[in-house]
Amino acid sequence: MTQSTNKLALLALLGAAFLSGCATTGGSQSTTLDTDTVRTGQVAESSLEQSGTTMDEYNQLDTVFYFDFDKAILRAESRTALAAHAAQLVESPRAIRLFGHADERGSREYNIALGERRANSVKEFLVMQGVAGNLIEVISYGEERPAVFASNEESWGLNRRVELK
Amino acid sequence: MKYKLSIKRLASSLLLFAVISNSAPSLAELTIKVTQGSDQPTVIAVAPFVARGVSVDTDVAAIVENDLARSGIFSAIPRTDMLSLPSSKADVYYRDWRLLGADYLVTGEFNETASGRVQLNFSLFSVLGQRELWSHQVTGSTTQLRDMAHLASDKIYQQITGLRGIFSTRVAYVNAYMEQGSMLYRLLIADIDGARERLLLESAQPIMSPAWSSDGREIAYVSFETGRPAIFRQNLATAERQQLTNFAGLNSAPSWSPDGSKMALALSKDGNPEIYLLDLNSRKLTRLTRHFAIDTEPAWAPDGKHLLFTSDRGGTPQIYRLDIADKSVERITWQGTYNARPSLAPDGRTLALIHRRDTQYRIAALDLVTERIIELTDTALDESPTVAPNGAMLMYATKQGDNGVLAAVSLDAGVKYLLPARRGDVREPAWSPFPR
Repeated sequence: MTQSTNKLALLALLGAAFLSGCATTGGSQSTTLDTDTVRTGQVAESSLEQSGTTMDEYNQLDTVFYFDFDKAILRAESRTALAAHAAQLVESPRAIRLFGHADERGSREYNIALGERRANSVKEFLVMQGVAGNLIEVISYGEERPAVFASNEESWGLNRRVELK
Repeated sequence: MKYKLSIKRLASSLLLFAVISNSAPSLAELTIKVTQGSDQPTVIAVAPFVARGVSVDTDVAAIVENDLARSGIFSAIPRTDMLSLPSSKADVYYRDWRLLGADYLVTGEFNETASGRVQLNFSLFSVLGQRELWSHQVTGSTTQLRDMAHLASDKIYQQITGLRGIFSTRVAYVNAYMEQGSMLYRLLIADIDGARERLLLESAQPIMSPAWSSDGREIAYVSFETGRPAIFRQNLATAERQQLTNFAGLNSAPSWSPDGSKMALALSKDGNPEIYLLDLNSRKLTRLTRHFAIDTEPAWAPDGKHLLFTSDRGGTPQIYRLDIADKSVERITWQGTYNARPSLAPDGRTLALIHRRDTQYRIAALDLVTERIIELTDTALDESPTVAPNGAMLMYATKQGDNGVLAAVSLDAGVKYLLPARRGDVREPAWSPFPR
């Protein structure tokens, strides 16, 4: 499926859920509305025209892989996406870079080493899937290039990452 | 330490707020805020210095007063309270100063020398002893008035505490901020009071890990300007610089040996970060550690024969000591699940480090003899401790809101101050050695 049909399907699902929610008025706590307070609205039909090339599958794969605190172990969802990357890279080899990152907590020097360890575990996975190791360069930025500038759990989770470029 | 500073915790938070004025205002980024001082400070009065036959455009006595107050162990008598303004021994009426509760009095006067330079003659008086304890002269040009002030502060501090003062030392640090949607990284040095900030390097790519040479004339650092981390050394006076490493993987954590001939660093060219020794003359590289874990942040012991470093070879980051001669390694931190970034005090006995308590990353001091660990800070995101060359204080990086700021604390946790930046994050302080 392409991304756009995915989105349309999701919208359709949400719409159906919304409608069914409105239709459910049973139960002891239902409220009867005065006719005055009910408003109706028109929804215009919309159709889209599309042109251009279809995005190939390669570009739709995740290129950012997240890690747990102080860990360099690949999560299950990362493995799925990386396996697809590996298949693409085996089929049409190109040089890639893996940028390793850490959250801001603790020592900067240790964090740059941790970022490298994370990028290396991505590299090892790709190599195990058959990608030539000499096509992969690992560069760690540690905590020096955060994706999100804030000191809280959510931001730290988004900053512990490896970016494939 | 020769002298034990008698400093106790102070419950109230705000002792003094001092904004350091600067003769080069456009560059100044740091201000000083003392947040905790001694509860039994030594009271000192610094009378305005008098210029005789020379033009002096800087309030040198005010700089001395601020230096001493910032140390946290002195409180200064405000000028407006002074009953007399003596400039030499003959003008001193001890009763005036006893009434104000002063323990010590400093006077000074400027004169022109035969060669056209400026000489500052300053004296320290004991108010209770009713006598001049000591006097000193320093000569320089009119562009060196701030240096003369810091030197006077160093000498006065040493006379009273027995410890060499650190007011003439400097700090190197990294400033990072967003400009027009992209990050800008700057490597800077400033006087320890935040004045006279100077730019060493500006880059759109990260700059990390500033480290002073033992003679204080050069700074080593990691720059990503080539797209990859590389170690550089840069001469402060000439701005001339040289790229020292360009290996695959990490090129990080440079640390200059006490004799200046070698540099310890962390390289991952063999697969994972290991500690290496680079001979700066022969360029010979010697591998010192051999372990699949992370080994990084080497710090020299004052003897020049041992390195302390961080390794997670035991499962969590801890500090280890390496004997350079036989490459033997010994674990030295055992309390807690995170101890990193070692920085040794000049006595070789007190080790400053990052210590995690629950989820809080704090600066702590570990006594290597008693193995007692004292938390010096009580905030959550503290890092990069760097010990002053006299061993009395350390500086570190912390957060105020989402901004990185520098802070300082005495090694007994009694005195604290903040150096907030005017723009962006300030981090990775590196305290200079004593000036030569």
